Parts: sequence; structure tokens; C-alpha cells
Amino acid sequence: MSSVRLYMEFFKGFWKENPAFRQLLGMCPLLAVTTSVINGVSMGIAMTFVLISTSIVVSLIRKIVPNQVRIATFTIIIATFVTIADLYLRAKFPPISKELGPYVPLIVVNCIILGRQEAFAKKNPLYRSFLDALGMGLGFTLALLLLGAIRELLGSGSILGIQILGTWFEPWVIMILPAGAFITLGFLIALMNVIDQRLKRTA
Amino acid sequence: MNISAHMIIVLTVVCLFSGLSLVYMNQYAEPLIKINAEKATQEAIFKVLPDVKNVEIIERGEKVIFKGLNEEGELVGYAFVAKGSGYQGIIKIMVGIDSELGKLTGIDILESVETPGLGAKITEDNFKGQFSGVSVLPAIDYVKGKKPENPNEIQAITGATVSSRSVVNILNATIKEVKEIVKEIGPSGEGENE
Repeated sequence: MSSVRLYMEFFKGFWKENPAFRQLLGMCPLLAVTTSVINGVSMGIAMTFVLISTSIVVSLIRKIVPNQVRIATFTIIIATFVTIADLYLRAKFPPISKELGPYVPLIVVNCIILGRQEAFAKKNPLYRSFLDALGMGLGFTLALLLLGAIRELLGSGSILGIQILGTWFEPWVIMILPAGAFITLGFLIALMNVIDQRLKRTA
Repeated sequence: MNISAHMIIVLTVVCLFSGLSLVYMNQYAEPLIKINAEKATQEAIFKVLPDVKNVEIIERGEKVIFKGLNEEGELVGYAFVAKGSGYQGIIKIMVGIDSELGKLTGIDILESVETPGLGAKITEDNFKGQFSGVSVLPAIDYVKGKKPENPNEIQAITGATVSSRSVVNILNATIKEVKEIVKEIGPSGEGENE
């Protein structure tokens, strides 16, 4: 495990082990909130915050938590940070909090977070866990950003609320409906697979 | 150490820390959240009741009615929250009505989860603007596919009749309740303060 280079712990979250496109985790918020760029990015930041904080704490106390109650312990820690993030959003950014609705509290059950604790933070030192969480969090945020951008552009003709496509463009309503999320996700994963195969062939 | 004791100690300590940090966070966030909610309601009232400078709150059981007063302290109208089910979930509307309870001064959709692109158009000015000046006597009604002819009619959104009808029904039901409450306290509203 320690033979893996440090920068790889960080960068694997972006492509090779991207939580959204490669591990297909956290699909519920991914599909639900990416109707616009701003929603996707705020969800990603909230998730990254919870992931990093939880990984730090879990990595710090990993040696004193008995194996039998590790899941319970991780869940309490995750729930605490999710509640903090939710309260902070509601206090400081009420419009964003209103848009995201129940999906911020639902980070508690997001498998990316518990997954990283089980697969990584509980058996790795602090700095590695931190890099892993940061990379995974940003990789997920990037996925949300990409999906949000494509869906907002085709579904509303705008990016970040600024109208990009002119009046000639009739918005594809389906893109901001759940079906649009699945279609976009499918195309993006297919695109990643094609790129991967090309890289392998040239290598 | 005994493994059970170990488990209990670890879980207790983790929960203790979790509880403490949440108490701390809540103390910071709660007043701000309250202010935000109040500000949102205030803004919505000012949007649906033009020329309002001051708001007086009347509470009757679960129903809250906001009395809108102008600069001279005269009654310009009432605002209240109307709630009911739409096509997919709850629709919450801030409604403004004139002091005679005969005409709406405006509505604003506070919360809704209607279908994007169809029912969600109830939040757009094209639809909700129609309610400014609409007569509530005997009740608001909607027409489909043509321009409204009577003062108590609005035009439903094409392809979203259910959402349009829900808004109209929610408004009619709540206006009836509000009329009764206002009748009870009298138009001057003095009964409430004494």
C-alpha cells in the first residue's frame, strides 16, 4: 500500500478510480442535483468537505476503534459532519440549500464516503487519507460539474444561469428531467471507455 | 482491556464529541437560519402587496395573516401563505389580496416541485403575473387555450393543466378561510390588539 506514490493517491480520484464514472458510486445525488452547474458544484463541495473531514478523523483514530464497531463509529462521524455542512449551508447560503433540498442530509448514506473509510482511511496514515479524500472529492465534484454543465446547456440553454445559446435554441426539456441525467451519464462513461481503449492501444 | 468495555468507551467518546460539535454549530447557525426564513417571508410579502411599508402579524391558530400597512399606517391589503398539493408535491404560495378581499394584488410561489419545463412554469411571471388584479368573486377560475374573458379568470398553462388548476384550487380554498378570519377580527383588526 505504501509503495503507491503520493501523487497517485491524489490523482486516482480524477480518472482511474473516479467515484462517479469508474466506481459508479453516489449516483443518487449525481443524477438528482445536476440540473445546473451551480447545483452540481455546491453539492460537490459539500461532499468533498464531509469526505475530507471524515477521512482525517477516521485516519487519526483508526488504531483505537475496535473492528466490531467501526461502521457505527464511521457513521456517527459522517453524520456529524453532514449535519454541520447542512446547517452551514442553511445559515449562509439559503438559496443553494433550498435548491439541493434533501440531498445534503442524504450525504450521510452516500456510499463514496463510507466506502473511502472502509477501503482507505481506516488503514492509511493521515496525509495519505487526506490526499485520497481530496482527490476523490474533487473527482466527484468534477463529474457533477461536467454533468451539470451539459444538462444546463442543453436543457436550459445557459451556463451558470447566463444564457449562452440564442433564442433559436429550443431547450431540450428532457435534459433537466431524470432521464436526461441517465442519458448524459451513459454517454460520458462510454466516452471515458473509448479514450481509455485508445490510450491502451497507443501505449 | 475487555473488548466490550473498549467498544463502549470508544463509541461514548465519539458520540460525546459529535454531540458537542453539533451543539456548538447549532448555536451559531440557528439564529441565522431564523433570520433567513423571516427575510424570505418579508420579501415575498413586499412582492405580492405593492406599496406596503409595514407588516402586522395576525395569528389565528395555525393560520398566520400578514396585514400590510402603507406609509400612513392605512390598511392596503392582506398577505398570507396558501398551501396545498400540486401535480407532484406541495405547492406553497404567498398571496396578496386587497383590503376589501375582492381582488388579488399578486402571488409568489414559495415552494413547488412541479415538472421542469411544464408545471414548473407556474413560477414564471407569464403565469403568476395573471393573478395581479384577478377578481376572487365568486372564485378564481381558469380557461384553457384562449384568452380569459371574465375578471375572475386566468389562462392555464398549455400541457400543465393539473398544476394550473392546483394553484387556482389552493388559492380559492385558502382565500375562503382567510375571509372568515378577517370577518371575525373585523377589517380594522382592533380586536386583536385589545
